[in-house]
Amino acid sequence: MAPKPPVSAALIARTVAAWMVTLVIFFPLGWLVLTSFKTELQAISVPPLLFFTPTLDNFVEVQRRSDYLLYAQNSVITSVVSTLLGLAIAFPAAYSMAFFRSRWTRDVLMWMLSTKMMPAVGALVPIYVLAQTAGLLDTRLALIIVFTLSNLPIMVWMLYSSFRDIPHEILEAARMDGATLWQEFRRVLLPLGMGGLFSTGLLCLVLAWNEAFWSLNLTAAKAGTLAALIASYSSPEGLFWAKLSCASFMAIAPIVVFGWFSQRQLVQGLTFGAVK
Amino acid sequence: MSPLRSAALNTDAVEAASTPVSAPGRPRGEAASRFLPRALLAPAVVTLFLWMIVPLVMTIYFSLIRYNLMQPGETGFIGLANYEFFVTDASFWTAIVNTLLLLGSVIAITVVGGVSVALLIDDPFPGRGLVRVLLISPFFVMPTVNALLWKHMMMNPIYGVFAQVWHFFGAKPVDWMTDWPLFSVIVMVAWQWLPFATLIFVTALQSMNREQLEAARMDGARYFQQLRYLYVPHLGRSIAVVIMIEMIFLMSVFAEIFTTTGGGPGDASTNIAFLIFKQALLNFDAGVASAGALFAVVLANIVAIFLIRMIGKNLD
Repeated sequence: MAPKPPVSAALIARTVAAWMVTLVIFFPLGWLVLTSFKTELQAISVPPLLFFTPTLDNFVEVQRRSDYLLYAQNSVITSVVSTLLGLAIAFPAAYSMAFFRSRWTRDVLMWMLSTKMMPAVGALVPIYVLAQTAGLLDTRLALIIVFTLSNLPIMVWMLYSSFRDIPHEILEAARMDGATLWQEFRRVLLPLGMGGLFSTGLLCLVLAWNEAFWSLNLTAAKAGTLAALIASYSSPEGLFWAKLSCASFMAIAPIVVFGWFSQRQLVQGLTFGAVK
Repeated sequence: MSPLRSAALNTDAVEAASTPVSAPGRPRGEAASRFLPRALLAPAVVTLFLWMIVPLVMTIYFSLIRYNLMQPGETGFIGLANYEFFVTDASFWTAIVNTLLLLGSVIAITVVGGVSVALLIDDPFPGRGLVRVLLISPFFVMPTVNALLWKHMMMNPIYGVFAQVWHFFGAKPVDWMTDWPLFSVIVMVAWQWLPFATLIFVTALQSMNREQLEAARMDGARYFQQLRYLYVPHLGRSIAVVIMIEMIFLMSVFAEIFTTTGGGPGDASTNIAFLIFKQALLNFDAGVASAGALFAVVLANIVAIFLIRMIGKNLD
């Protein structure tokens, strides 16, 4: 082990500066969490309260008032199903491109990327009209389809880049031993590509959970996700800050924790592998 | 590469995906080996192709007809009238300016701020792991929560934290949403994307050549010189990537505006995305909204060309 460097003034200055910046950036979020444990009166007290007796009433109240669990259920179902569905489509595609490279592979990958560049708002009217015609407005199915398709390019890319790290020889050896395609997937590719599969799923889960544009435009009371529920707190109930904070806290907590674990994949996924 | 053209290319691509570059001895037989990669790739390509082409064709079609969601009976080809309406609408130029202001400000803040923060936390210090976790958190907050958190708890002119700070210094609190609507939206969006930029830069800094840096320090290079000749050139590529990615996402900022200012007061915080939404689902004029959407698509494609080129170079 290397000897510890002596504590210098520079280190102290750097530490203090880094922590101050961090606390300023994190403050709004910390404040949100604090507020969710306050009563409504404490939430709007002047000056703001840092120390108070925490209450859990908001958590009960949010559920009673706006059926938090229904929206949470919608969020879980739409993000989980769209992620699994996306993986099911992206996995074979990435396998095909990574292990059967043709001179078109590159173009296909680039084209997939280009579909992600289309702004969602550009497709708003047609998708809305299609959903309306098919009777899919305010259904989870509509969101699942949209989430799956809009995350598909990212999934293919991430899986493709993780598969490319797997040596061809291993798959070929399995094939020579007479493994069927299914066995090849199941016994060789799945264990080796597990890391990539896992991180791809994680990132897409985060993206689908936080998606707001389509949830706001395609859903209402039945299939609304948490992102849409929070938006409904916007004006009339806006002054119930403790409840708003509490609902928000419950909406973001699971995914923020997820995000902490998928930081590195996030960088690769969102930059399509350009920064590693 | 426009999606349309590349899509045309792509159908050939599926056709031609049959020749594997490395064709290892496969007991499954030649025909199967040609068929299999295509079959596995097909679902992804077909669904994405539909996802791209169907809305695009519909949008182009809607943009050329009279189409109001409330009056389904009235249709008919009207040429470029929808485009004319969208472009001559007074809100159009405001929205363009707002879109660019939002884009420019957030990118400037996140790149400069992100590089600074990344440099600050690059070397080890006590609590660095925790700092990283706390710093990245805002990026995972969903846009609607972000928006309401800032609108109410931070920026409310009476009870908000900012108002209290202003009071503390004896200043008159600002009514952010009314007087500085676009600025408020910029703050929210920048707060969300600063962690993203920081994360990318921190990741990029990890691949810095430490020996080179050490050598420069030994030779007495000042911090500014290290910054100018070592750090910034090394970060160049990731700065470009951050700018491009943010351009794509920030061009269509929507939820933050929808939940806080509603594009107002007037059009003060309306961007192109929100203007299209207003035309489509508030004015029910799908024709005009479609014309607007095509503007947005063209705008995004201009950016996309550069990004795709850059990532494409990295592929082989």
